[in-house]
Amino acid sequence: PLSSRCCAPSGAAPAMNCRAEVLEVSVEGRQVEEAMLAVLHTILLHRSTGKFHYKKEGTYSIGTVGTQDVDCDFIDFAYVRVSSEELDRALRKAVGEFKDALRGSGSDGMGQISLEFYQKKKSRWPFSDECIPWELWTIKVNVVNLANEQERQICREKVGEKLCEKIINIVEVMNRHEYLPKMPTQSEVDNVFDTSLKDVQPYLYKISYQITDSLGTSVTTTMRRLIKDTLAL
Amino acid sequence: AMDTDLSSQDRKDLDKFIKFFALKTVQVIVQARLGEKICTRSSSSPTGSDWFNLAIKDIPEVTHEAKKALAGQLPAVGRSMCVEISLKTSEGDSMELEIWCLEMNEKCDKEIKVSYTVYNRLSLLLKSLLAITRVTPAYRLSRKQGHEYVILYRIYFGEVQLSGLGEGFQTVRVGTVGTPVGTITLSCAYRINLAFMSTRQFERTPPIMGIIIDHFVDRPYPSSSPMHPCNYRAGEDNGAVYPSVEDSQEVCTTSFSTSPPSQCVFTVTKAHFQTPPPVVTDTLKVPVMGLAFSHQLSSSRLSYQPAALGVGSADMGYPVLFAGGLNAAYPHQLIGPGKEGGVPPVPNQPAHGSQADQERMCTPLEGVHYSAATPSSSEDTETVSNSSEGKCGSPHDLLETIFIRKVGAFVNKPINQVTMANLDIPFAMFAPKNVELEDNDPMVNPPESPETESPLQGSLHSEGSSGSSTGNTHDDFVMIDFKPAFSKDDILPMDLGTFYREFQNPPQLSSLSIDIGAQSMAEDLDSLPEKLAVHEKNVKEFDAFVETLQ
Repeated sequence: PLSSRCCAPSGAAPAMNCRAEVLEVSVEGRQVEEAMLAVLHTILLHRSTGKFHYKKEGTYSIGTVGTQDVDCDFIDFAYVRVSSEELDRALRKAVGEFKDALRGSGSDGMGQISLEFYQKKKSRWPFSDECIPWELWTIKVNVVNLANEQERQICREKVGEKLCEKIINIVEVMNRHEYLPKMPTQSEVDNVFDTSLKDVQPYLYKISYQITDSLGTSVTTTMRRLIKDTLAL
Repeated sequence: AMDTDLSSQDRKDLDKFIKFFALKTVQVIVQARLGEKICTRSSSSPTGSDWFNLAIKDIPEVTHEAKKALAGQLPAVGRSMCVEISLKTSEGDSMELEIWCLEMNEKCDKEIKVSYTVYNRLSLLLKSLLAITRVTPAYRLSRKQGHEYVILYRIYFGEVQLSGLGEGFQTVRVGTVGTPVGTITLSCAYRINLAFMSTRQFERTPPIMGIIIDHFVDRPYPSSSPMHPCNYRAGEDNGAVYPSVEDSQEVCTTSFSTSPPSQCVFTVTKAHFQTPPPVVTDTLKVPVMGLAFSHQLSSSRLSYQPAALGVGSADMGYPVLFAGGLNAAYPHQLIGPGKEGGVPPVPNQPAHGSQADQERMCTPLEGVHYSAATPSSSEDTETVSNSSEGKCGSPHDLLETIFIRKVGAFVNKPINQVTMANLDIPFAMFAPKNVELEDNDPMVNPPESPETESPLQGSLHSEGSSGSSTGNTHDDFVMIDFKPAFSKDDILPMDLGTFYREFQNPPQLSSLSIDIGAQSMAEDLDSLPEKLAVHEKNVKEFDAFVETLQ
C-alpha cells in the first residue's frame, strides 16, 4: 500500500512541507532494473515539462514533451516514459548502481532507492546553496530468489500486476495537485528545474539509495548525486 | 449564475481547453489500443499543434469520430464523453473490455486560473492517462491483437453505460481537474472477468483474407455510433472515404508569463489541411495481416513530424493570437502583477471598436512575444516561493507592452502595424488560400464584447498559489537549513539541518503519557498498604541504619 506523510520540522523557522511517498516491491534479481526504471520514469513523466524559452518581459513558452512505450523483458509489463535519451541514461546509471549494490556482499537483497525533488535557495557567501526538498519518493525493494522456471514465470506475471498497482498509486498522488514550486522567472529557473537536458526539463531531482545489510540496520553505502548538487563547505 | 465570475475570454479559453482535452483523450486511448508501441519525439521548440505541451499525434479518423460524437458539445453534468473499447474475435464473438469516461461534475473551483493552472493540470492529466492506459488488462490484449481478435473503439456522448462490462468490473481513476465551471473527471471502468479469453488456446490460425464483416453488434442503443477498429488495414478496397476535413483544425501554442498566471497568452493557429483519405470505414475489416496498419499510421509513428502528415500543422493557416485571461477587447490593458485592485494608468486606450477588429498574431513557430510588466527579478527576493511573485514593475514596464504582429502568408485583411517579420511558414504553399471562413470565425474577428471591465481589475494581486494547487500556505514558508561553516562531520554523514529535522520529534516518553501515568498511579496506590506493612516489619533495621548515619 502507499503510505504518505509530510515531514515538516516544527522548529522556530517555518518550513516548506516535503511530502513523502513510499512504494514497496518484491522482485527477482534480474527484474530490479526494469521495475525501478518503470517507477522512476513514471514519476518523472509527471514531473517534467518541455523546455522553457524565456522571451522579453517575463513570458516564456514551453517546448513539447514526447513519450514512448517501453516493454520490459523480464516482467510482463510496459510503461510510458518521456522521450529523452539523456534522462533515460541518467536513470539507468543510477538504477544500475543500485542493482550492483544490492547484489554486493553484505546485502540481504533489501534496499531502497529514493527520488527526491528539491528547490535550490541561494545563500550568501560563505554559506552554500540550500536544497529544499518538496517531494520524496522512496521505493523499497526486496529481492527474492526463485528455484525454478515455473516460479519465474509466475513471478513475471505477479510483478507485472504489482507494478500496475504502483503506477496507479503514483498517478493518485500526482492527481492530488499538491504543492508544486512556482513557475520561476528566468533568473530562478535553475533553482527549480534541471535545465541541462536538451529536450525536456524535469524538476530538480536527485536519486540516492540505501542497502540494508543482513542485520536489518540501514547502512548508507553511498549517496549519489546525479545532477546539480551543491557542495558543502 | 456561475458564469458571471468567469470572464468571457476565460470562458472561451476554458471551453477550448476542454474541447481539445477531450479530443486528445480519445487519441491517447485509441492509440494505446492500436497494438503497437507509440513513440513521439520531444521538441524543445514548441510547435503549433502541441496542445498541452505534449506530443500526441492526431489520427484524423479518430478526431473525426470524436467530433461527430460530441456534435459541438462539451462534457457537462450528465453528458459524459465515453470511449468504449471492446474485443471482437474472428468468429464474431464480441466483448466490451473498458469504458473510459470523461465527465464533468458540479463542483466548481472559482479561484483557479483557467489559462494557467487548469491548462497545466490538464496536461498532467493527459500524462496520467498515458500511464494508466498501459496498466489496464486491455493493454496487453491489444498488444497481441491481429490474428484471433481485434480491438475496436466506439465513442459516444451522453450517459455512461457500464452494463456491458460484466460483473465485478473495476474502476480506476485517472484524475480530476477543477475548473470554474465544474470538475473534470477521467476514469476507466474495466472488465476483469476475461474468462472467455483465457480458456481459449490461441493457435496461429491463418489470417483471414479480405472478409468484410458487418460488425454492428446488438446494442441496446439504436442510435449508437458504429465501432471502429483500433488498427487499420493498408488502404485497399475502401468503402466510404471520409471527406477531407473542411473545418479548420485549431492548434495551440501556449506561452506563459512568470508574472501572475492570468497573463498566460495563447497563440491559436488555424490549420487548413487536407487529410489523406483515411482507410477506416464504417464496417469492420479484419486485417489481412496480423499487424497491418495504414500507411499514415506507420509513417506517423516513426517520427513526429506534424507537417509531414499535413495534420494539425501549425504552420499553415493564419495565426491568430488571443490573450488568455485578458479581455480580448482591451489588449493594452495588460496589467502588471502586484497591483491590489485598481488599474494602473494605461497610456493607450484605443477605441473599443478598433480593438475588436484588430487581429493579433504571432509566428506559429514560436509563441507569444509580449507580456505585461516584468516581475521584479531583484536578487533580494531570496525566498523560493516568491520567485515569480509580482513585484510590480514600474508603470514604465507597462508601456512596453508590445503587440508584435506577424502576418501569415495568406491573410488578406487590412491590418495596421504589421511586422513582416517572419514569413517562413513551412508548407505555406499547401495551404489553401481560403479565407472566407476567416470572416465568420470568432477567433479572427472577436465579436464585439460588451463593455466588460478588464478581468484583471477584480483580482490584480498576484495569486499566491499560482502554479501550485491550493497551496495558499506554502508561500509563507521558508526552509532555513543550517550549514555552518566547518561543520562537516564524517561520523554521522548528515548536516546539522538534517540532523535537527530528523531528531526533532522523538516519540514521547511513555511515562509522560497520561494513560500510563494514571494507570501506574492507581497501581501505586493499591500497593501502598502492602509496602507499608513490609516497612513496618523492618522498622528495626531502618532504625539501626539511621543510627549508623549519625
